[in-house]
Amino acid sequence: MAGEAIARNRKQAGGGFIPVGAFQSASFQRAIGRGILYLIAISSSAVFMFPFVWTVLSSLKRGGELFRFPPTWLPEIPQFHNYPTVFEIVPWATWTWNSTFVAVVSTFGAVLTAALVGYSFARFRYPARDVLFILTLSTMMLPVEVTLIPLYLMFAKIGWLDSYRPLIVPSFFGGSAFLIFLMRQFFMSIPIDLDEAARIDGANYLRIFWQILMPLSIPVTATAAVLTFMAQWNEFLQPFIFLNTKSKYTLAIGIRYFQAVSGFADDSEPKYHLLMAASVMMTAPIIALFFLAQRYLVQGIVMSGIKG
Amino acid sequence: MTTEAMTSTRSSLPRWMTNLRAKEAIAGYIFLSPWLLGIILFIVGPMMTSGFLSFTRYDIVNPPEFVGLKNFIEIFTKDRLFWPSMMLTFRYALIVVPLSLIGALAAAMLLNQALLGTTWFRTFFFLPHLTPIVAAAVLWGWIFNADVGPINHWIRTITGSDNAPGWFRDPDWAMTGLIIMAMWGAIGGNTMLIFLAGLQGVPQELYDAAVVDGAGIWAKFRNVTLPMLTPTIFFNMVLGIIGALRVFAAAYVATQGGPAYSTWFYALHIYTRAFQYFEMGYASALAWIFFFVLFVFTYVQFRQSRRWVYYAGEVD
Repeated sequence: MAGEAIARNRKQAGGGFIPVGAFQSASFQRAIGRGILYLIAISSSAVFMFPFVWTVLSSLKRGGELFRFPPTWLPEIPQFHNYPTVFEIVPWATWTWNSTFVAVVSTFGAVLTAALVGYSFARFRYPARDVLFILTLSTMMLPVEVTLIPLYLMFAKIGWLDSYRPLIVPSFFGGSAFLIFLMRQFFMSIPIDLDEAARIDGANYLRIFWQILMPLSIPVTATAAVLTFMAQWNEFLQPFIFLNTKSKYTLAIGIRYFQAVSGFADDSEPKYHLLMAASVMMTAPIIALFFLAQRYLVQGIVMSGIKG
Repeated sequence: MTTEAMTSTRSSLPRWMTNLRAKEAIAGYIFLSPWLLGIILFIVGPMMTSGFLSFTRYDIVNPPEFVGLKNFIEIFTKDRLFWPSMMLTFRYALIVVPLSLIGALAAAMLLNQALLGTTWFRTFFFLPHLTPIVAAAVLWGWIFNADVGPINHWIRTITGSDNAPGWFRDPDWAMTGLIIMAMWGAIGGNTMLIFLAGLQGVPQELYDAAVVDGAGIWAKFRNVTLPMLTPTIFFNMVLGIIGALRVFAAAYVATQGGPAYSTWFYALHIYTRAFQYFEMGYASALAWIFFFVLFVFTYVQFRQSRRWVYYAGEVD
């Protein structure tokens, strides 16, 4: 009965037989409504994209053009060589390699160990498991500031400062609570019958993990890997505190160093246009990665939030 | 009831089966061990160490010297930047989080309208979130440039006067600049995606029933969408506030805490004391106060949440 009422209601709303002026008709009003929605969507897209567009255009200008008043949108002659110039005035290639190295190695460690720990939480029964899981989740709310000073002192004591070990080694201890949570949730959605069938066939726990669960978890593993890679690539505070030598910088602190010196150039011209080119080069790999993994990523982020 | 039944069967199992249980537990702990070790090495151990250090004077060169509550007394009575930095950090979080939650929810509802090209709009909204914070701070620094930046140019064109905010170089405007920058990255980010999934999870029957009862757009939003989304809002709010209170990189790169300490966030205060003055004991005390405040704040949110968060799957 309710269904009929809804159907009737929908028909009316659809504006089949309503004999009123065309401008008051429901379909016309709906068209206006849609039009307004499109207008909002397009204009807010423009607002969100504006800083990108501005940065890319600025990165192609000559240095002096940035200081023109009133500001101009398009570069007079696109200066594509601004990009190679960045590599000449700061060790950009080295920094890019450093960032890639740190991000790839720590992503590998974090995803692998988070998967093992997630497997433990999802598939094994042992005393204190649920307490430990809640403890794990609560570490998500812990500010790093509390642990940063002792970690710095500890790494100083064992001579790890100014090396990549403080940035990489901790990743091999389960990654982060968020990753463990993500992996556990996914493993729990895989039917346990698969494990049991494998166990009857004589597979041990490690084999079940590696040959049954992991192949089924490629999407979530990819999500975890991409999210970790992005977080590592963007990380500022830890490399900033743990690294000193310029040639060891990652991009995040390299670009800050570049920013600090670009205003006070030794030669006549400020280097803000090159700084913009550097920002583009730091952001581009992340955006490319996002497009490659978009489908998985959105799912993964959503999964982490829904069960929260 | 089922649990009881299961336990009783288990206890009556033959011995090799209980051995199997022990084996399972051991294997579980082995797979858990990296994380357990990690918690001890990188979380619990350091927390206890900084707890200890907070009662000492420690400059790294000389061994820590026990000074009792001196650090805390100094922080609360003599530190001229403690209260202001705490206050402005909270002010920042209490502006950024609600605004970005509202913005993210609005954006998610817009994307939920089945418009043509929704995938594109979603990508456009999401891209700022992907921008590394340092790169964002650099590019916004330029966009907010007081003299030749596009924003001030538009403001001058629209108002027709030469007065425009100084943004990152004006103590009255630097915070606003940082807030705008943060919103740019937050509105279309993970929060929006999670809201979008939450919206898609609201059962259509509820809307149909509301329509039958004569609900308009607003009534549907107020009485169906909003209550059904409260768990999602809560999740985003708790993590959002913690993230906002920890703001560091954006401020450090865009304003260095200035001008005139107007963006001297708490994390910046800890950082300066620890890694520029090397007052490790004092900075540890600052960090523990921060941790305590965050803990209480989060706890209160969880307590309050019982009054307004509605879990559809919950059994009364």
